[in-house]
Amino acid sequence: MDKEDLSFQVSQATGVNVRECYQCGKCTGGCPVGERMDLRPSVIMRMLQSGDAASEEEILRSNSIWLCLTCETCYSRCPMELDIPKVFDYLREKSYAEGKVNSDAHDIVAFHKSFLNAVERNGRLHEMSLVLDYKIHTGNLFQDVLLAPEMFSKGKLHILPERIKDRKGFARLFKDQFKKRKS
Amino acid sequence: MKIGFYPGCSLTGSSREYNESLLAIAKEAGVELCEIKDWNCCGATAAHNLNKELSLSLPARNLALAEFEGMDELVVPCAACFNRLVMTQHELSEKEDLRKLISEKLQMPLRNGIKIYNVLQFLEKHIVPRLDQLVKSPLTFDVACYYGCLLVRPQQVMKSERFEDPMTMDVIMQKLGANAIDWPFKTECCGAGFSVSKTEIVGELSGKIVRNATDRGAKAIVVACPMCHSNLDMRRPAIDNYLNMKMDIPVIYITQAIALAMGLTPTQAGIQRHFVPVNLTVNR
Repeated sequence: MDKEDLSFQVSQATGVNVRECYQCGKCTGGCPVGERMDLRPSVIMRMLQSGDAASEEEILRSNSIWLCLTCETCYSRCPMELDIPKVFDYLREKSYAEGKVNSDAHDIVAFHKSFLNAVERNGRLHEMSLVLDYKIHTGNLFQDVLLAPEMFSKGKLHILPERIKDRKGFARLFKDQFKKRKS
Repeated sequence: MKIGFYPGCSLTGSSREYNESLLAIAKEAGVELCEIKDWNCCGATAAHNLNKELSLSLPARNLALAEFEGMDELVVPCAACFNRLVMTQHELSEKEDLRKLISEKLQMPLRNGIKIYNVLQFLEKHIVPRLDQLVKSPLTFDVACYYGCLLVRPQQVMKSERFEDPMTMDVIMQKLGANAIDWPFKTECCGAGFSVSKTEIVGELSGKIVRNATDRGAKAIVVACPMCHSNLDMRRPAIDNYLNMKMDIPVIYITQAIALAMGLTPTQAGIQRHFVPVNLTVNR
């Protein structure tokens, strides 16, 4: 394994040795979103084994890593107990940091980022702030507009956020976390 | 008896009936849940998708706060929060340098030894032994117990013995008088965090779950996770759209089922907060 290889970085970061995969395909067979992926989980494992730079670039630009729901079915059924969701976490963070997010996944990533923005602001998630932040960043202004009044009437939506007290200590956790990102 | 309690964000908002029903049944059973002071969001799917360090430091702050308050046991009713807290504890107990790094970042000591319970483990330990005395209005209908992903997987960390066909919730429902049906969608994914960003995927995955439970004669789906609940209940229009028919099976939390069987009112159980109306016969 070459130190430049993505598979080497994956094993350093996650402890998963992709070479142990023998392509049984159970991960792909059980994946609830496998049919929607451009590269299915077992294919990604095979491409990582190849050490081919073009394949590695294709993985980081795939929709698959973002469509993964982290349901952990692949990991639980893998005969080699390879933690594929953990590998995907690493690939997602890298794809995001290097500005290589697949265009199918922009809404998914925007949601994750809006989520973390909302948490950073108050320490706890304020669902209304999350949805507003997401709408502004994606332009999906009219999505679910009928849901909000009903949630409100059922007592499920708060107008004002709950805030934690130790804001300063909490802010430290977020400091410099997304600094190096290319956009 | 006092036990540490991490509600998580959903339980203060979109799934507040889960919180209400859990606190109501704990009170009936004489169990006191002490909320961790100044707890924060666990980071959920967003953190582990985008930033490894945050996915550890956010849950770890809560574990450190619970330790500071002297808690030995911590109940985490949200399956997603439970999963993140347990995964963090597991990773930090395996990697001492990482535990030190996160502890420094938090500027708090982190022994990392607290015992974390999900809602089913909590119920089994503290509520089920008292059910014989507490069940006053047995349930009489068929239910489909739906566990989802995060309570049982990965089994290496969650220590779940029957991760393809778990039974703990089924056993509790039987004790309440209900008949828990055998069905193949117990641990299929509902679409989880895609509720807003990929609603059509939630419609499809949750649609298959709702259809199978209905086809097999269940009168309610019983859940133990706020994400599962909001996808199966609040996303019913997307589900109906995928299935091309209107599905009316209600979705209740296991804690609501227990509250009803204990003879608490539907309002005490928070039933009125659901999107899909709940009309279940309870023997009074």
